[in-house]
Amino acid sequence: MNLNDLSILSLYSAMGVYMLAFIAFSIDLARRSSAVDAAPAAAQFAATAGNPTSTESGGTRTLTRISAGIANDAAMPYGRSASLRVGVSLTGLAWALHLVATVLRGIAAERVPWANMYEFAMIGTLLIMTVFLTALTRADLRFLGTFVTGLVLILLGIAALRYYVEIAPLPPALQSVWLVIHVFVASLGTGYFALGFALSAVQLIQFRRERLVAEHRPTRLRFLATLPSSATLENLAYRSNIIGFVLWTFTLIAGSVWAEQAWGRYWGWDTKEVWTFIIWVIYAGYIHARATRGWRGSRSAWLSIIGFSAVLFNFGIVNVFFTGLHSYSGL
Amino acid sequence: MSRPLDHHDSKPPADGVIQPALDFRGWLRWFWRQLTSMRTALLLLLLLAIAAVPGSLVPQRSSDPNGVTQYFTDNPELAPALDSIQAFDVYSSAWFSSIYLLLFISLIGCVIPRTRHHLQALRAKPPKTPARLSRLAGFTTRNAPAGTDAAAAVESAQHLLKSKGYRVALFDAGPEPSVSAERGYLRETGNLVFHLALVGILITVGFGSGYGFSGQRVLVEGQSFVNTLLAYDSFNPGRFFNDESLDPYKLTLDSFDVEYETQNLSAYGQPVDYIAGVTVTERERSAQSDEVKVNAPLRAGGTDIFLLGNGYAPTITVKDPDGTIVFTDSIPFLPQDSNLTSLGVVKVPDGLAEQLGMIGFLYPTQAEAKSGAYFSSYPDLAYPLLTLNVFSGDLGLDKGVPTSVYALTTDNMTQLTGGTTGSKSLELKPGETQQLPNGLGTVTFEDADPGAKSGDFSGSVLRFASFDINRDPAQGWVLLFSVFVLLGLLTSLFVPRRRVWVRAARRVDGSIRLEYAGLARGDDPALEAAVADLADRHSAAFTLPITSTEKPKSHGGQSNESQ
Repeated sequence: MNLNDLSILSLYSAMGVYMLAFIAFSIDLARRSSAVDAAPAAAQFAATAGNPTSTESGGTRTLTRISAGIANDAAMPYGRSASLRVGVSLTGLAWALHLVATVLRGIAAERVPWANMYEFAMIGTLLIMTVFLTALTRADLRFLGTFVTGLVLILLGIAALRYYVEIAPLPPALQSVWLVIHVFVASLGTGYFALGFALSAVQLIQFRRERLVAEHRPTRLRFLATLPSSATLENLAYRSNIIGFVLWTFTLIAGSVWAEQAWGRYWGWDTKEVWTFIIWVIYAGYIHARATRGWRGSRSAWLSIIGFSAVLFNFGIVNVFFTGLHSYSGL
Repeated sequence: MSRPLDHHDSKPPADGVIQPALDFRGWLRWFWRQLTSMRTALLLLLLLAIAAVPGSLVPQRSSDPNGVTQYFTDNPELAPALDSIQAFDVYSSAWFSSIYLLLFISLIGCVIPRTRHHLQALRAKPPKTPARLSRLAGFTTRNAPAGTDAAAAVESAQHLLKSKGYRVALFDAGPEPSVSAERGYLRETGNLVFHLALVGILITVGFGSGYGFSGQRVLVEGQSFVNTLLAYDSFNPGRFFNDESLDPYKLTLDSFDVEYETQNLSAYGQPVDYIAGVTVTERERSAQSDEVKVNAPLRAGGTDIFLLGNGYAPTITVKDPDGTIVFTDSIPFLPQDSNLTSLGVVKVPDGLAEQLGMIGFLYPTQAEAKSGAYFSSYPDLAYPLLTLNVFSGDLGLDKGVPTSVYALTTDNMTQLTGGTTGSKSLELKPGETQQLPNGLGTVTFEDADPGAKSGDFSGSVLRFASFDINRDPAQGWVLLFSVFVLLGLLTSLFVPRRRVWVRAARRVDGSIRLEYAGLARGDDPALEAAVADLADRHSAAFTLPITSTEKPKSHGGQSNESQ
């Protein structure tokens, strides 16, 4: 068994463990719902009354430590849960296997493990997971576990089934130090955008719940009561997205420097360049929306969601189906 | 007004205000306000993102001119309609340009007043301490030991804040002295630098494309090129480009070497390295040997020389029936696949009884499929074969209409070999000669390395390299402004701007209670921690046990200062 076979074995193991983590996180969400059901209705309303269920969703709180803020912020603070801790532990284990798979692929190929679609997907999902696990050390975002492990599982599944290619040496066009920098930073930026996307999506449904609660109407998805308020989620999404935006800006600049070296011009409206630019402009719009009256809250959350959809489109569709100079999918 | 009216941090407009009737200047002012509002900027940004999409769906003349030609052939009805709305030139189209120009006008209109305001703020003192600090973020208190001098306590807070980079103002008149401090002016500076640097990029990009040029030239091994306008195969000057600015250096392609993967069987034959060995002779200098590689351009004579493509250029000689050479040249053949099956055209207009055209296929390593069709199984020269389909008749060169050297128009020609003619295509190995049909003469596929051992074809066909030669006089400036964009972005998003106050309040019993509070100006997740840290450090200077008399309350502003 050579190193690449070991890498594949490790990746499949990681996917198996991610699957178990996904199940554990899902059980946790179900338990949250039943915990909310079990609590007396009066307590629920008492809890929400103290909570700024801002209908205009303009954040009016500044959090010292995000984790402390989240614990205080949920309408129904939710304590320990065995399945939650199992989910996090399994995610950590799967992440380690995922890392081993990526490193082994790099060693086997004698280069950085990001030079074709299969490898882009592997490093990209690894970084999404790394950003998520790092964020967990600073804030209690474990409720996103289902979402993040699910997303990574889908992406890895597609990569393993559709994008797999044997190890090949770098074509001359990719033999550059900029491959190491440009692609890695782009993948890392994708990791932060993914987290921002997840938080914005939860923000939207949480905002809906808050509005229903404020109007004393019945709510669905009970577990949402144990999650931070939409205003907090919006702030967290914003912080993740601005880090992603800075990394994406760097990706654009580094890509231009590399393009100048490889193709003789720093910008030529190649399809991939176009989409990288579109994503940059969408997130620039998102940041402006957060500073524009009437655009905070749900509208800016939609921009964050559109932005990440464009990132996925740029990766999954433009790389494979569009013609252009960035034809390195290896497919 | 420093910020647009609809900025999140601006005061909301009062309801029910009756607008006075506007005169012309009033309307202008109204229009300007609309253009420089946050909402307009946001709208233009989103429009720009949407407007950029079609350019990725339809081939663009700037990046894929052949794709555009093909699109016209494939969609003869749709293409002209798309062309009329500039869909093949999206990024220089009137509509795309007007969006980004409006966006930049909006940006400048927003940034100028903010710069003015910021310059004033940089000189201003921090504002007076609010009367009730308890309403502000991170409010906390500490007991000062008995006998503490209120003025001295506030002064020590002032020194502490100053040492941490705050701008401070002391308000020591009255019974309750206080210090007001503000930090993070760099946040707004970064914001302004970011936006101004974007303007800088726009201007330098325009300047560079106006005064620069890009040209292409194909060189076969052994050929030279002198950097003058006429020597280029194609040349795209900027609007203000001046031919005389070309420095006439000489570039010779001495050798072109390709290294193929031979160890890894799943990538067998994949090119691993392209090296163009060149000699550059600049004016009044001796010749310099150098090399051009993909990702490693050569900078010479104020231009950058890039290696973009390569392939084989078989040397073909045609003689008339008497044995007189009527044509000999190395013709670049265009690669058709990854194993370098290459297609080329030979045109012999003079010297024979009829004009002659030949369409040639070069198979570097010829193999035969079950159907009998030839293909190349490896990109290097292991077993090269050239096949020629010969046409005679009118090449169409005499009408003065420019024709492509890579295409043969066979409308007025008769095919003599290959295809449906019944006679096989001419097949030649390097060094071989064949008779042309109808006794027209002979054709020879010259061996470029006739001294090689029998069976070694590795040097038998010359290679060509296509070079892009560019000059962009402003690209260094574009990079510089890009770096400013990044630096501005980093400071404007991550430097916290905050105000902090320390007051020595006097209790009824005469003892002193130190009050601390802060105010976020923009997104500031660490504000409360910073106030708590300040309170701890400051009160520790009085060497008293830290006892918080009141629980900190969660308050504070939260906003962004993006534009």
